[in-house]
Amino acid sequence: MPLNTLTLARKAVLAGTALLLTAVLPAHAAWDLNLPRGVTSTSREVFDLHMLALWVCTVIGIVVFAVMIYALLKFRKSKGAVAAKFTHSTTAEVIWTILPTLVLIFLAYESAPALIRIEDTRNSEMTIRITGYQWKWQYEYVGQNVSFFSTLAQTSNEARQLDSGLDPHQVENYLLEVDRPLVVPVGTKIRYLLTSNDVNHAWWVIDLAVKRDAIPGYINEGWFTIDEPGIYRGQCAELCGKDHGFMPVVVEALPKAEFDAWLASQQAPAT
Amino acid sequence: MTTITQGHAAQDHAHDSHGPARGLSRWLFTTNHKDIGTLYLLFALVMLFVGGGMALVIRAELFQPGLQFVNPEFFNQMTTMHALIMVFGMIMPAFVGFANWMIPMMIGAPDMALPRLNNWSFWILPFAGTILLSTLFMDGGGPAAGWTLYPPLVLQSGNSLAFAIFAVHLLGMSSILGAINIIVTVMNMRAPGMTLLKMPMFVWTWLITAYLLILVMPVLAGGVTMLLTDRFFGTSFFQAAGGGDPVLFQHIFWFFGHPEVYIIILPSFGIISQIIPTFSRKPLFGYSSMVYATAGIAFLSCIVWAHHMFTVGMPLAGQMFFMMSTMLIAIPTAVKVFNWTATMWRGSLSFETPMLFAIAFLFLFSIGGFSGVMMAIAPVDFQYHDTYFIVAHFHYVLVPGALFAAIGGAYFWLPKWTGHMYDETLGKIHFWLSAVGVNLTFFPQHFLGLAGMPRRIPDYATQFADWNAVSSVGAFLFGFSQLMFVYIVVKCIRGGKQATAQVWDNPEGLEWTVPSPAPYHTFDEAPLIK
Repeated sequence: MPLNTLTLARKAVLAGTALLLTAVLPAHAAWDLNLPRGVTSTSREVFDLHMLALWVCTVIGIVVFAVMIYALLKFRKSKGAVAAKFTHSTTAEVIWTILPTLVLIFLAYESAPALIRIEDTRNSEMTIRITGYQWKWQYEYVGQNVSFFSTLAQTSNEARQLDSGLDPHQVENYLLEVDRPLVVPVGTKIRYLLTSNDVNHAWWVIDLAVKRDAIPGYINEGWFTIDEPGIYRGQCAELCGKDHGFMPVVVEALPKAEFDAWLASQQAPAT
Repeated sequence: MTTITQGHAAQDHAHDSHGPARGLSRWLFTTNHKDIGTLYLLFALVMLFVGGGMALVIRAELFQPGLQFVNPEFFNQMTTMHALIMVFGMIMPAFVGFANWMIPMMIGAPDMALPRLNNWSFWILPFAGTILLSTLFMDGGGPAAGWTLYPPLVLQSGNSLAFAIFAVHLLGMSSILGAINIIVTVMNMRAPGMTLLKMPMFVWTWLITAYLLILVMPVLAGGVTMLLTDRFFGTSFFQAAGGGDPVLFQHIFWFFGHPEVYIIILPSFGIISQIIPTFSRKPLFGYSSMVYATAGIAFLSCIVWAHHMFTVGMPLAGQMFFMMSTMLIAIPTAVKVFNWTATMWRGSLSFETPMLFAIAFLFLFSIGGFSGVMMAIAPVDFQYHDTYFIVAHFHYVLVPGALFAAIGGAYFWLPKWTGHMYDETLGKIHFWLSAVGVNLTFFPQHFLGLAGMPRRIPDYATQFADWNAVSSVGAFLFGFSQLMFVYIVVKCIRGGKQATAQVWDNPEGLEWTVPSPAPYHTFDEAPLIK
């Protein structure tokens, strides 16, 4: 019977999928589902907007899918449903054109102020120049006479070679560790100037909700103010050649006093 | 929509003297829209597996962290070629194939208006495809800067870049010629009485698509030509060092690239609009609002391109404009989804394979639409941009969107093309394997993107390992289930239950008034449309 074969086939697919899923579940599972809230006012605002949009879409999705599923279950020929003849309804069409319009106006109204704040780089307290290279970042503390390169940590670099035989799971912060992180103070509005020395890159740290392209010939600017001390990790987000996946961004946020001490130590003449 | 009086079409198969030539020359020199349609569809099917094979190389490498199979250079060639092949070699030719087969039959025309041009626009394709694929075997390998070909990175490519650009030129030329043919056919060869607003939705969507193609393909051709001269002849259109502007290319590319998205999805909308009424046994709901929505989407698609570029550092006003114009697209798209739902409402539904694919399209394309609205919001897009979230989004609209529409359309019209019913049981199994596989592949990619995994990386931090493994398992399931589709199609061509002229339960449209298989020449005399 075709019907039986079909039911069997469906069951077999489900069982097979379940088996495969169990097989690939490692012990140290990290089934992250969502954006992190992050550690800047911008990142929290962006997170809230993201959740708002997600919920709006989810609610609309549930309503629309429920109507579809109801139609699929209720109006089956096999249950003797007879097709109606109607071909349009101006009222319904006007309603379901206006409703999404209102929802979108609401979303735009909620998002526009955030965009304006993100683009407002006035009153920054310090400036860092970030330059993308194939495949590393250069950080310059403008006016402080401090500048250095930041490249993928050696441990990650060894493990990421083709057939290295090293287990990435054994490497701490695999691909997200650098030799020298960008060190910044907390509670300070930091303006960054972003450019590139060769091809396009993008400087991205998810916890700061900062992602901007580094483009040769352009100087892009933006800002962030980190609230909590900590180490925040990100990656280059614009394809920049063979080692695009291997130029992480690490930002270490220190309390102001510690940062000042760190900066002074960097400025001291090399021995 | 329309009342159709059957013309003399049904007797046309008596014209044996006009039958196809024999052997290879039939396919090389054919000017018959059905033969050319078949060639397009077969080419697309082959390319589905070429591009799909590349996708599986990508998913195999991403199955677990660390590099196991390919080096990053080759990985980048795979992501680039997978996209180029799937967009230009698979999905676009597939829909041109449908257009060739169905548009003349749907409007009561004997053939396409420009049959020799038609032959040429197809036969450009295999050469273009071969040139593109041959770059993989050249010194330095194929293009590896992503299908978007962004400079300055793409200018670091080897000499094979010239071949890739030439292939893009040829593919674009083929599309433009095909589009011209479709516009001329639809505008001039409709049967008497078939006014524009009586045309089937598939014809409408293709007419609008063809205009979009003519509008944007030359722009792409211009853009890649400037890349060519930058790379080989010392110009500096896009090189900052010579006073050029790398962002200019992105504007040019996406002025083409965004309408391109709708060039792919509008014919899918057309196919879905043919399938759903047939298996709901009820006319398409809101026909005229569907037409206006299609035109609205096409217009909006030309003024939203920079939403692909929110992170390049546009002025605030520019970001605001592109955010809001992008959101507007959701309105006509929502109208379409609601209209399809209303078509099923109080219908008499049955669930043959084409309908299953159409229903899956309805649900899964909507998911892609939702993530699209989310990404329209510029401040949040800073987080989504260039992550797996966007990869999930565009694969949801392209795979269970466009590809499912194409597969559904193939099942829908296969009996008309071959004269045989396909194997319904196998078709349903193929559907369920595809539906499970596609969601298993792409749904977890939303999570990966939100958790912070950038796209186009051959290796990733260990916290992304689990969902990547799931996604890879899904990809292999999805990929290998498509072999079933080939088997079903071959089986249907070779034999099977004889299909009636109508094939389905009282479907609407002129194509169902001619016998199955459709005779080599149809509508020598135009049918009458009341």
